[in-house]
Amino acid sequence: MTTTATGAAAYAPDRGETGLQEQRARAAFWFLAPMLLMLFFVAAWPLLRSIWFSFTDTTLNNLYGGEWAGFQNYLTWRELPSGRIRWGGTLADPAWWNAVYNTVRFAVISVGLETLFGLLIALMLNAEFKGRGIVRAAILIPWAIPTIVSARMWGWMLNDQFGIINHMLLSVGLIDSPIAWTARADTAMIAVIVVDVWKTTPFMALLILAGLQMIPRDMYESARIDGIHPVRVFFRVTLPLLKPAIMVAVIFRLLDALRIFDLIYVLTPNSSATKTMSIVARENMIDFNRFAYGSAQSTLLFAIIFLFVTLYIWLGRVDLTGEGRR
Amino acid sequence: MANIQLRNVTKSYGAAHVIKGVDLDIRRGEFMVFVGPSGCGKSTLLRLISGLETITSGDLLFDGQRVNNVLPSKRGIAMVFQSYALYPHMTVYDNMAFGMKLAGSSRAEQDARVRKAARMLQIEHLLDRLPKQLSGGQRQRVAIGRAITRDPRVFLFDEPLSNLDAALRVATRLEIAKLHHEMSDVTMIYVTHDQVEAMTLADRICVLRDGRVEQVGTPTELYERPGNIFVAGFIGSPKMNFLRGRFAAEHACHTLGVRSEHIDVVAEGEGPWTGRVVHTEDLGSDNYLFVDLGAEEPVIVRQPGKVAIHEGAVVTLRPKAGMLHRFDEDGLPVQRPLAAE
Amino acid sequence: MTARAIFWNTMFYIAVAIVVVVAVFPFYYAVLTSFKTGTAIFRVTYLPDFGNLNWGNYQSVLSGRNFPRSVANSVFIATVTVIAALLLAVTASYALSRVRFRGRGLLLMTILAVSMFPQIAVLAGLFELINFLGLYNTPWALILSYTIFTLPFTVWVLTTFMRDLPVEIEEAAIVDGASPWVIITKVFMPLLWPALVTTGLLAFIGAWNEFLFALTFTITETQRTVPVAIALLSGASQQEIPWGPIMAASVIVTVPLIVLVLVFQRKIVAGLTAGGVKG
Ligand SMILES: Nc1ncnc2c1ncn2[C@@H]1O[C@H](COP(=O)(O)OP(=O)(O)OP(=O)(O)O)[C@@H](O)[C@H]1O
Ligand SMILES: [Mg+2]
Repeated sequence: MTTTATGAAAYAPDRGETGLQEQRARAAFWFLAPMLLMLFFVAAWPLLRSIWFSFTDTTLNNLYGGEWAGFQNYLTWRELPSGRIRWGGTLADPAWWNAVYNTVRFAVISVGLETLFGLLIALMLNAEFKGRGIVRAAILIPWAIPTIVSARMWGWMLNDQFGIINHMLLSVGLIDSPIAWTARADTAMIAVIVVDVWKTTPFMALLILAGLQMIPRDMYESARIDGIHPVRVFFRVTLPLLKPAIMVAVIFRLLDALRIFDLIYVLTPNSSATKTMSIVARENMIDFNRFAYGSAQSTLLFAIIFLFVTLYIWLGRVDLTGEGRR
Repeated sequence: MANIQLRNVTKSYGAAHVIKGVDLDIRRGEFMVFVGPSGCGKSTLLRLISGLETITSGDLLFDGQRVNNVLPSKRGIAMVFQSYALYPHMTVYDNMAFGMKLAGSSRAEQDARVRKAARMLQIEHLLDRLPKQLSGGQRQRVAIGRAITRDPRVFLFDEPLSNLDAALRVATRLEIAKLHHEMSDVTMIYVTHDQVEAMTLADRICVLRDGRVEQVGTPTELYERPGNIFVAGFIGSPKMNFLRGRFAAEHACHTLGVRSEHIDVVAEGEGPWTGRVVHTEDLGSDNYLFVDLGAEEPVIVRQPGKVAIHEGAVVTLRPKAGMLHRFDEDGLPVQRPLAAE
Repeated sequence: MTARAIFWNTMFYIAVAIVVVVAVFPFYYAVLTSFKTGTAIFRVTYLPDFGNLNWGNYQSVLSGRNFPRSVANSVFIATVTVIAALLLAVTASYALSRVRFRGRGLLLMTILAVSMFPQIAVLAGLFELINFLGLYNTPWALILSYTIFTLPFTVWVLTTFMRDLPVEIEEAAIVDGASPWVIITKVFMPLLWPALVTTGLLAFIGAWNEFLFALTFTITETQRTVPVAIALLSGASQQEIPWGPIMAASVIVTVPLIVLVLVFQRKIVAGLTAGGVKG
């Protein structure tokens, strides 16, 4: 052997050294550890503590003075001397069930509308036309505006006395007196849904557009050569191929909608027609000093979402991680 | 500069056994080519030698020392990939110097080695460019240059030419042959699909099938004395003709193999086989006749130069004496001499 | 063109126009309102009166003590949050995208689950943690709590981006003697910076817009972030909501975002879809 063995490529013999895979596995461990530790502290631990609090009688002023209270915050009953049973706890609280109803109603309607409009806009953006770039930019604007700001902007537009929406509707003659959109019990939810749909349809449209653009163009071309009607092509080719993208987009949006807080807090404050689970849970926890009670409600919300996601992924066989496509 | 020995090496991905016990000696300074059908494990075997994959069982020895668990960078290897795998954000110079930089060589040494390799490959004028400013052929030259700069004991190539067009492929092949000449004590292992690359570059060829070595030998050995029917069919283009049934029985074997260039067209009555030409292919220098003898497949006959035989003609064929390959039921060569000859 | 085609073409462009107007109008109207003061604000107009722009609302918002302070808080908090998340996420996503190990799919699923978390579910526990660490009513309370959604998000998006980098480049680096750390810093980071910018920007927007934690973990006006400040901006009485200043403040915090989003349009769309769907 010549002297070049001193070069960069001289090799060390095997002295109990570990191979490449072990080196990488060890590195992976150290690379993941800080992130996992951090997530444990900000997510797992607080979650466990919240659940723990929900089984105690902890108050805001005395976080460490709480004692075990079993299911008292969830459901209790007491037999009154009269023989009637008095129910207590969140699960017997009409305000809670009202919040559940509001949340589900809001989530289903707004996500449904967003999917529909998102699909239409995505189809529009998928077509070649002059000014497509402008439209794409324009629909990004609602997405870019902070939720609180959009709540304020729409709050102003929906204002009962000076709002432009009432002004428009009045001048067209659709209504004959101004409506207090955000204050009236029967219109508050409509207002919330309108704003949410306005703000999040762009997100939906972009996700669906990405799915659309992954459908090979020649698929359409061969359909056109075969003379198949475009509407048929849409329902037979486009929609089935788009289904996975839509499934994923819908679940992301539903999860977001189920935890909604900020828009409702600002747009329709204190309206029991729109109070959602997040709103009542925080209200109890912080504003009403029923810390443990609020924790029970937040734990229930978590449980509902958890159950829902598991079912969705299990039934829909949605591959969220992208691992399956490797 | 290294002897490489594989001792009963296996590789499994979970339940998938990809390499099923390979024993192989690669000599110092040798140019070894791995060939075999797609998916037979050529790349995997190369990657086991490189250390990019871990050996499941068995031993890999470099100069007698076990290197199973040595990091790729410590094995003294350099690798050239099919897709070049240049670092897109580094100039050609930095691409070539990266390994030395990591190893902590001095700037002067880096410079000297990079320039030497660049001179060898005539890419000195490209040193300041980014990979995206190079053509495919130039990129592959840079990738080879990067490997040379590492001053390896073992050079590994995984189908380095298959992304190049035909003309560039020939040019770069010559380049690699030259390289092997100049770096005569560096062991080279080369994976390819291409018969011509295998035959022209190799000192020895290793034919793999389904994770096992079928035969190892010089190109001539494999061509003239294939160890079994698979190698006989795999090496050589067009493929060796195989005849069974009465054709084989005449020569007391199960399958009779004869290469297309070992069959002559002769006057009627002077050869054992007669058939109709069903198809012809004119390659300019050669003509291929596809002759239907009544066997399972037409026999291919290679005729040098221009031939005035057209489709539909009936011809008589005579295999060249001593150029027949006889195989038994297991596909192994029949050793026993033919009584008739 | 046939009459039919002309008809459908016209309908299509009408639909396009409706989409654009609906998308842009609320912000346009906010800008319009922000330039009106006094009783002019209560008169509905559709077109700007350029001769008569009134900067009064902007002056009052910016010269007040608290709003500029809120902007500074938001910038600080969002920046630190994003930097911390990116630092932790780059190495983690290398491990998740490039190294095979058992339980990787499960881990990815968990990380995704955390980013989908209802934030209210951890509110009580975080409240305790923040009190325990003495961070209540400081920016650090928000930086810590924002990690809960920025970190999983950045890990997730960077993992999908890193997964798409060619394997052979990494293998070439391994043969060249690069350790995993060197591969990340010297080979992958330079290739990934567009993805880093996108991810960082999206995380920044998320932190900038967050409301629930900001509302709960701050108490004094000087510690508020922009969303809380705008949500709680109120006049002397419930009836007198100061719409002019609110719109001015809204425009101030939104214009930079819109500019950023429009400038990085393509990258943002790529980042959003990487975080959402791929295939
Ligand atoms: N990471 C892996 N996991 C599971 N199976 C694998 C993996 N890598 C390769 N294989 C399998 O191992 C076998 C051999 O693969 P290899 O890439 O070595 O083939 P090859 O001979 O190089 O083929 P080609 O000529 O097409 O490049 C294939 O069947 C392949 O599917
Ligand atoms: Mg291969």
